[in-house]
Amino acid sequence: MLAEVLLIAGKDLRIEKRSKIALNQVAPFAILIVILFGFALNADRPALTTFTPGLYWVTILLASVLAVHRSVAVEAGEGAREGLLLTGIRPSSIFLGKAAALIAQILLVAVVLLGAVIIFYDARIDNGVLLVTSLIAAVLGVGAAGTLYGALLGAQRARETVLPILLLPVLAPVLIAATRAFGDAMGTVATDGWAWTSLLFSFAALYIALGIASHGVLMEEN
Amino acid sequence: MANTKTSAVTNTMPSLPGPRADSIGTGSRTTRILGVVLILGIGLWLFLAFGPSGPDIRIDGTSGQEIGQFDAFRLIYVHVPAAITAYLAFFVTAVGSAMVLIKRSVWWDLVAGASAEIGALSAALTLITGSIWGRPIWNTWWEWGDVRLLTMLVLFMLSIGYLAIRRLEGTAEERARRSAIVGLLLVVNVVIVNRSVEWWASQTIHQNSTIAEAAIDGLKAFTLFFSIVLGVGLYVWMMIHRFRLAWLERQFDRFGLDDALATRRAEATTVLDGRDPHGRDRVEGERP
Amino acid sequence: MTHLGYLIAGWGTVFVACAIYAVSVIRRARRVAANVPAERARWMTGKDSDVIGET
Repeated sequence: MLAEVLLIAGKDLRIEKRSKIALNQVAPFAILIVILFGFALNADRPALTTFTPGLYWVTILLASVLAVHRSVAVEAGEGAREGLLLTGIRPSSIFLGKAAALIAQILLVAVVLLGAVIIFYDARIDNGVLLVTSLIAAVLGVGAAGTLYGALLGAQRARETVLPILLLPVLAPVLIAATRAFGDAMGTVATDGWAWTSLLFSFAALYIALGIASHGVLMEEN
Repeated sequence: MANTKTSAVTNTMPSLPGPRADSIGTGSRTTRILGVVLILGIGLWLFLAFGPSGPDIRIDGTSGQEIGQFDAFRLIYVHVPAAITAYLAFFVTAVGSAMVLIKRSVWWDLVAGASAEIGALSAALTLITGSIWGRPIWNTWWEWGDVRLLTMLVLFMLSIGYLAIRRLEGTAEERARRSAIVGLLLVVNVVIVNRSVEWWASQTIHQNSTIAEAAIDGLKAFTLFFSIVLGVGLYVWMMIHRFRLAWLERQFDRFGLDDALATRRAEATTVLDGRDPHGRDRVEGERP
Repeated sequence: MTHLGYLIAGWGTVFVACAIYAVSVIRRARRVAANVPAERARWMTGKDSDVIGET
């Protein structure tokens, strides 16, 4: 089981290593949004610092949509999906593997973006442990839900437009909880960040379970 | 021909021979009788809501002044039925989605789709009327602290996503299964959204239910009850029509081309008989 | 009557939206029905299979 998961994840990450889409396209896109927010908020430093958690997570969600597209596009070619199924690897392993690769890529973007908001928004980190834990919890949820809905849409031509309208409302709880947890970790909001982190972990666990349960049906459908 | 790759239905409908003489739409005796009852109901609804149910006026215990929502309260008779219809409609969609996966039933698939569309409309109307009601009462178009409001908003957006999923390409079977899975996933999601928003709102601002504060006397309660019944009645009427439309679209998808060919063949036979139905000589290659 | 503008806006939106939706459904149905023979136009009287994917 674990070997299968690592095999699939390794495949996607090798493709990423060669194409460098997440690093050279998704990460710059995320930084670009952060800079655009700076222009939009009139470079108001105190406001930018206050709203860093929210702006950061909105940016991550938008960048994640791109990353999900990329993750699906890897198998969108003629017969690629069938080929993957013919290897005999269980659909649940395929789901976990693809989710793991996606999570790793989003984490990469998230780390780069964290540097960007520290530089551009003067974000300061009061509680590093909380910050990292909630970041991982949130990205787990985004990656699991993204892989699931990405698989659902498959090679559909309409995927580019349908995925955001479906995925972004689904991720609304992640946005709420991650923004709150980051607010606590960055000292901009007085709230219990750990409680929100536990909510993020529950969301991730739920979507991982849903993905494992439904991936068999989904892989054969599209 | 039937049940191979099928396109999204009516918007890509090719031009086909004119209307069949025997075509029947979505009306029937049932819908007509229900329609008449509903129109009478709407009349009574308007009368009750704007007449005897009266405005919400209470006397403040200490100052002795008139307080309350006054006539703005009458918006409750559209807002609450819309909200309840939306929840009912999405509940039916969820049940339908489960039944598609369990029984592979076409009927439930069409019902789920029809119900989601009406649910989306009801949810939109709930949000709009709520916003219009909130302006004079809460002094804002939008109250970020209200859990039900935010849940309904996310529900509405998810229903838009679900309807988009239903319109994707694929065989009828693929589309039905895919929509059913999304339908069920979204139910789970709505629960999470509701919980997280409730938690979030309780840490920011707490908005008490306005309805609990208002003095609902007998006639107001009856009018509210009547308006909910009427809302459900309208939902049923709308569902029958929307389901029949979905059924017609499915029939057209499956057999439309066969039907059209049959019609053409029948025409061709007539022309060969020397009785051109169009009453003129046809140029080679011209469409009949 | 107080808040008359809000009342007209709220009730009006509901009536107009429902009417537009109902009319659009019925008209779309008439257009499609024109190409579907009457014996298959209804689920109740049709003989089409109810199992998804079956012909």
